[in-house]
Amino acid sequence: MKILVKILPKPEVLDSAGRATFNALKADFESLSGCHLGKLVELDFKEGVTEKKALEEAEKMANSLLINPLVEICEFEVKE
Amino acid sequence: MKIGILRFLGTNCDYDIWEYAKALGHDCEWLWYKDQFNPTAYDRIIIPGGFSYGDYLRSGALASRTPVMASVKQAAQNNIPILGICNGFQILCEIGLLPGALLANNNRRFIDKWVDLEVVSENNYWSWGQQNIRLPIAHGEGRYFIDEQGLKNLEDQGGIWMRYNDNPNGSVADIAGVTQGTVAGLMPHPESAIYEWMGGTDGLKLLRES
Repeated sequence: MKILVKILPKPEVLDSAGRATFNALKADFESLSGCHLGKLVELDFKEGVTEKKALEEAEKMANSLLINPLVEICEFEVKE
Repeated sequence: MKIGILRFLGTNCDYDIWEYAKALGHDCEWLWYKDQFNPTAYDRIIIPGGFSYGDYLRSGALASRTPVMASVKQAAQNNIPILGICNGFQILCEIGLLPGALLANNNRRFIDKWVDLEVVSENNYWSWGQQNIRLPIAHGEGRYFIDEQGLKNLEDQGGIWMRYNDNPNGSVADIAGVTQGTVAGLMPHPESAIYEWMGGTDGLKLLRES
């Protein structure tokens, strides 16, 4: 069981890495209106752990360490 | 005074702080990141700058979860003055002893230069009256961020310790240092401004007995 934690800066926080990447892309891709850079954390759970349990634990990990809620938001995805 | 100086893997201003405190006549002891300590054993606790844990995840995040920081929290509850410089400031924000967060500089570059600062509030524990001082900065992630409500609280409580005259990194409200209770944090490095050959001596005003 793998859970992906997808972390992005909050919209109201200046994302200077995303902005710089956007500036590099926009000249060649007219359709682009924004770009945001974050982090991807892949959590491997032991065999036999249920999806429900893994998601609960992932959420606790996110809140206790993986994100700083003042400046970041995250989403979870069950990978397998 | 007896000063406890924290060391993590990746701390690199530890000896600068040690020599700085010794030069002013204070006793120093190292506090290793794996150890806990008696929270009332020191008159001052300093968390030096550096790159603890290689700034993995977020600067200061992993260091803030170590055993030594549990003791620092207890020391704060016992009103022991605690100072975080640069990475130390980041760690204190991550553990919640100071409000706000420190993000990548808005120009994405590491900035290493001298800056002019305005000390805007009296700090009873780290002596520096209201004045203008000049100290060096050396950081890639020093952009102080706090939301509107948090900024209002800081302003109301006199929690803004010092501001940049010419904001180098995009910090909210030009903030270079904040205080909350007996805890204080700043991005500039006072320990790198204690002899004329360093470029200035304004850092000396920090550790004198108040």
